[in-house]
Amino acid sequence: MYASGKYNSRGPALIPRMKIKHRIYYITLFSVVLLGLVATGMFQFWPHSIESTADWTLDKRSIHDAPLIRLPVSSPIPERGDLSCRMHTCFDVYRCGYNPKNRIKVYIYPLQRFADELGVPISSTGLSREYNDLLSAISDSDFYTDDVTRACLFIPSIDVLNQNSLRIRETAQALAMLPRWDKGMNHLLFNMLPGGPPDYNTALDVPRDRALLAGGGFSTWTYRQGYDISIPVYSPLSADVELPERQPGPRRYFILSSQTAIHREYRAELERLKEENGEALLLLDKCSNLSQGAASARKRCYKGQVYDYPQILQESSFCVVLRGARLGQATLSDVLQAGCVPVILADSYILPFSEVLDWKRASVVIPEEKLSEMYTILKSIPHRQVEEMQRQARWFWDAYFSSMKAVGLTTLQIINDRIYPYAARTYEQWNNPPVVKWSSVNSPLFLPLIPPRAPGFTAVVLTYDRVESLFRVITEISKVPSLAKLLVVWNNQNKSPPEESLWPKVSVPLKVVRTKENKLSNRFFPYDEIETEAVLAIDDDIIMLTSDELQFGYEVWREFPDRLVGYPGRLHLWDHEMGKWKYESEWTNEVSMVLTGAAFYHKYFNYLYTYKMPGDIKNWVDTHMNCEDIAMNFLVANITGKAPIKVTPRKKFKCPECTAIDGLSLDQTHMVERSECINKFASVFGTMPLKVVEHRADPVLYKDDFPEKLKSFPNIGSL
Amino acid sequence: MQAKKRYLILLSAGASLILLFCFGGIQVPLSRRGPGRRDDHSLTGYHPGAPWRRLQGYLKVFSTWEKDHDFHEDISPRQKRDSNSGLFTGRRCRMESCFNFSLCERNGFKVYVYPQQKGEKLSESYQNILSSIEGSRFHTPDPAKACLFVLSLDTLDRDQLSPQYVHNLKAKIQSLPLWNEGRNHIIFNLYSGTWPDYTEDLGFDIGFAMLAKASISTENFRPNFDVSVPLFSKDHPRTGGERGFLKHNTIPPYRKYMLVFKGKRYLTGIGSDTRNALYHVHNSEDVVLLTTCKHGKDWQKHKDVRCDKDNVEYDKYDYREMLYNSTFCLVPRGRRLGSFRFLEALQAACVPVMLSNGWELPFSEIINWNTAAVIGDERLLLQIPSTVRSIHQDKILSLRQQTQFLWEAYFNSLEKIVLTTLEIIQDRVLLHASRSSLMWNSLPGGLFTLPQYSTNLGDFPFYYAKLGTKPYPKFTAIIHMVTPLVSQSQPVMKLLVAVAKSQYCAQVIVLWNSDKPLPAKHRWPVTSAPISVIEGESKVINSRFLPYNTIPTDAVLSLDEDTVLSTTEVDFAFTVWQSFPDRIVGYPARSHFWDSNKERWGYTSKWTNDYSMVLTGAAIYHKYYHYLYTTYLPASLRTMVDQMSNCEDILMNFLVSSVTKLPPVKVTQKKQYKETMMGQSSRASRWADPDHFAQRQTCMNKFANWFGTMPLIHSQMRMDPVLFKDQVSILRKKYRDIERL
Repeated sequence: MYASGKYNSRGPALIPRMKIKHRIYYITLFSVVLLGLVATGMFQFWPHSIESTADWTLDKRSIHDAPLIRLPVSSPIPERGDLSCRMHTCFDVYRCGYNPKNRIKVYIYPLQRFADELGVPISSTGLSREYNDLLSAISDSDFYTDDVTRACLFIPSIDVLNQNSLRIRETAQALAMLPRWDKGMNHLLFNMLPGGPPDYNTALDVPRDRALLAGGGFSTWTYRQGYDISIPVYSPLSADVELPERQPGPRRYFILSSQTAIHREYRAELERLKEENGEALLLLDKCSNLSQGAASARKRCYKGQVYDYPQILQESSFCVVLRGARLGQATLSDVLQAGCVPVILADSYILPFSEVLDWKRASVVIPEEKLSEMYTILKSIPHRQVEEMQRQARWFWDAYFSSMKAVGLTTLQIINDRIYPYAARTYEQWNNPPVVKWSSVNSPLFLPLIPPRAPGFTAVVLTYDRVESLFRVITEISKVPSLAKLLVVWNNQNKSPPEESLWPKVSVPLKVVRTKENKLSNRFFPYDEIETEAVLAIDDDIIMLTSDELQFGYEVWREFPDRLVGYPGRLHLWDHEMGKWKYESEWTNEVSMVLTGAAFYHKYFNYLYTYKMPGDIKNWVDTHMNCEDIAMNFLVANITGKAPIKVTPRKKFKCPECTAIDGLSLDQTHMVERSECINKFASVFGTMPLKVVEHRADPVLYKDDFPEKLKSFPNIGSL
Repeated sequence: MQAKKRYLILLSAGASLILLFCFGGIQVPLSRRGPGRRDDHSLTGYHPGAPWRRLQGYLKVFSTWEKDHDFHEDISPRQKRDSNSGLFTGRRCRMESCFNFSLCERNGFKVYVYPQQKGEKLSESYQNILSSIEGSRFHTPDPAKACLFVLSLDTLDRDQLSPQYVHNLKAKIQSLPLWNEGRNHIIFNLYSGTWPDYTEDLGFDIGFAMLAKASISTENFRPNFDVSVPLFSKDHPRTGGERGFLKHNTIPPYRKYMLVFKGKRYLTGIGSDTRNALYHVHNSEDVVLLTTCKHGKDWQKHKDVRCDKDNVEYDKYDYREMLYNSTFCLVPRGRRLGSFRFLEALQAACVPVMLSNGWELPFSEIINWNTAAVIGDERLLLQIPSTVRSIHQDKILSLRQQTQFLWEAYFNSLEKIVLTTLEIIQDRVLLHASRSSLMWNSLPGGLFTLPQYSTNLGDFPFYYAKLGTKPYPKFTAIIHMVTPLVSQSQPVMKLLVAVAKSQYCAQVIVLWNSDKPLPAKHRWPVTSAPISVIEGESKVINSRFLPYNTIPTDAVLSLDEDTVLSTTEVDFAFTVWQSFPDRIVGYPARSHFWDSNKERWGYTSKWTNDYSMVLTGAAIYHKYYHYLYTTYLPASLRTMVDQMSNCEDILMNFLVSSVTKLPPVKVTQKKQYKETMMGQSSRASRWADPDHFAQRQTCMNKFANWFGTMPLIHSQMRMDPVLFKDQVSILRKKYRDIERL
């Protein structure tokens, strides 16, 4: 903006020279001006890459070069924080607006120094390294905007992380000086060490109007639920010490206490616990022979024996995090980093990021009063859970505690989730460590529903030109009581489907869809014509399935609407010699796929196949004209984590005289190709999602010695 | 020429101006909103446009170690805690300051209901709340053992204009000997305040008591102390409760309407703003938001220009039709923050779109409402249509299923609402044995997931997929023995050997419930899997379902002493169970049916084409169900089972099906046709008795009565080995024995 001032004055200067007659002169002049403008424009648009701008020199300056603002004594002071503030009362949501990315825009005030009229600065530390890291991380993130008019959230560059280094009144005045302060509306303050002696308030004492507070050490009385954000107290050791992640499991010590500033009453109680339980407890304190300072922060002692801190934390299953003068303790961060399960004894403490983090899976909270029962309580926790908590603890640190960047961005994400709740991160996204995210499944059809029989199913027959066989299939299927509709996908572009009069007469609606290209994926397209949830995919040569078998298949699908329920069962096997997956269609005792030549499934999977198939699998299938059924099995197993269900013993599908395994499948090259598909898909999915089972579904009375006419499904073919 | 030049110059000047403008050279003063804008020139060197960048060079750290140590040594933490409880009372009450935890320590979490006083009128709803508590496992008749107290004075309706309003409540409460200023009391309330401002004041001093209140606002809600309950109607069923209306997941998930609302509009007074503005968003196609002014006595007097038009439009649509055919349902605040509409939408699988700023949503402490509702902001009403349209299909699918889960888990009966309230408080009291958010927010829900069993998700049968883990790959067999051991050829001996031979068997437990003394150790067969004998203390039949600590595995194979099973069958059943770890997987199948002549449930052991129960004489299920059976079910049912020595297997099936909402799984068994053709299984002794059968009919109906509904579900299929009875060499088959007769 200031750069443009120069040009402002040059612009009008052009006009008096109008009378000069040489055209070329004008043109040259004009071009010069134009070039100049373009150059300026470039400077404006890429200020980051060009060193000589004014901005950059400003940036190179140290903190002492930031403009100094003197606060008049009479400068207004904000009101104390209003305890009843909530997002709908104290936050101006209009500033955030509707935005397709559902992302708030955050503005950071440029750095200024504030001092009172006598020139005494408002803070003894000024801008701390941590706050600088925090602001820098935010400015590098997607949240950041340098356009103050577009911002939804404002972050002052006044560092209030540690209240002890602040002059309360002057800091408040400085906040009120901010040009967009507006009663603190939409302003976010970060504070990790609130309160001061003697009573240590649990929230920042600086009057701050309606500003949001991201505070470390809130108690339930100062925390405005749904408005403030509880953040961790950053531990400087996070950056200094690298602790490799340890496998969850039992540790040398059961409980470890490493804090140095424990109230003597509590220390006495810990000592008593130590007496009772001996070696299981390790009770550390500061080393008396070491001088204060950074070195002492890295050592702990017990009866003259020196331990490295925080490394020693990794040697214990549980680590005590007791309240000090403040509720929030930096030790919590160290403990989590070590993968030690924190045992939190701080009554009324609001745990960091508790709005989104499920601390019950990562910590044990014990009332201070029950400190003496700590050992018994912890002993009652099952081993498996201790391991899960250890893993969870480390994950929380990795994701949300490890740096000021993590703390800052997590805070912004939480506010973002409040403003766009319909686009909020899920519980799983917040709480599941990567290893669980990778191996767990959250089925999209998770509700246990047994859909009613009445809507029936839609049979989708994929055909190219085998009209005679197609008609036989249609006639056979039309006998199934629950058939609701027949959909023929005509995949032949060179030939029209037979005239309407030639088609077999069936009692249900019959629709023919003509496709634009002969692609296998056409059979899995979620056609609007499919109005039922259940889809029966069937090839145009599957003529052996009886009406009873199909009806029974539909009944089984109703019990398992989230699975593939089909007739031809197949298996994948690991070929140890070749070191890769192999396709198996022999008589096996196991099944991991059912082929979609004849299978029921939910229409949802059509939608998934068409729009959500990972990688290039869909195109690959279409170019190779093979394996669409295997791809479907991968897709369903991957998203539901469940095996398909093979129904009835049926193994012959095409013609009575064929062998049980149909002609095509015996072809060697076919088998090789199918094996290739499995390997290809497994690499695209990054895992082998298929599940192997040893059972199939038969009617309850199948092959039982019972009058056939009383059975619901008597006509189940044996092969 | 001159003209040309002039044009040229004009053109170039214009172009430069445009360029200047483009590059920000000329600042056009744009109108800016906001009173907070002030002149920038007073701040020297302040550049609003300058982006933040990392500062180089040395900076101090925000805290130093020494500073952290200034601990105030004089105040004992205990004293500080005590002073808190005096300080934070009334509107600042929290569990830490207003609740006496020590009452819960001696006897656990027990709830006492005051005896009803003569002449005191209770509304039906409140009566139902009290009887739900009295019928629950938390109830104690002894106030000395109680940790939580519930008044028998109706506090549900505190609207002074309501006929249900109880007068002189203040005096009545003060005179209660156990009141103790309301400490450890919970007060249920649905309505408070009255026209015109509908305050949230109950009209009496609640002291230290907790509130379980509908329509509570975030301002008045005391987090982790009060409980926000849903507003329910007078007709809300006490037990059982209707299921959700979602029968199947439609693809694409859109319904006829995108967003609907039909309700009153208030011309004056509190809560009218949002509803009065709804017509802006109404498009009478897929967003149908209808209001009427026609309510109350003198609506004509206040009516505005839109009333008549609105009323006509209003009468064109049917509320139910819209509810069932809409993807989203708007739930705007009314006079009070909450409305019946919320639960109605939830049940109808119509995803609620909340427009009720400051409403603390029901059970917000435990339910993550973002997974089942769209939380809108009244201030952004005009954005609501574009917001709901932007929600992805997959998200709609999951929101909709979650509405159904939550409805059935916590809301569909008064009993569930009350139990959820109590469980929430219990979780606060037993901090280290409380449910994680995952337990509350995923199937089967917190009421069926008891943290006293374990706080570890992996110990329950419900979360394997969510955690990406599998159940422990072995089982423990429990054989229930009531007849003495007389000969080595007894069927139980064969059974012991066969079961212990299974490769998946970790342990065999013999539960000795016979009156005869324990047989000597050497009389038990020697097997690869260890056999341990537990002598039943009370010798009652329910003891077969006790959650023994000695069960080392997730799976339990429950057996009767006269069950006939081969090793192969056991192996196969176990592999099937691994696919269905939350269900009962086993052999003897039975069915239930509705006997319309007798108007009651019938039980049948005949061979039928379907089944709904798998008896625990030979069934595998998760160990957790032992715990649930013993603690979740009321003493009345368990005593009945013990007295009859019958029906324990039916009860187990009821329990598991009500948890999973799915049928059990029957697996193949070689059949002993001669006996079974008689219509009975092999267990002739107790099963041939006609009384026994009649008892089972009675049981069915007693159980269904307690559950409030019939949880059993039919299945038409059974699981066979893949090559079962196929015409292929038996040598190819893994489970050959199953086919041999």
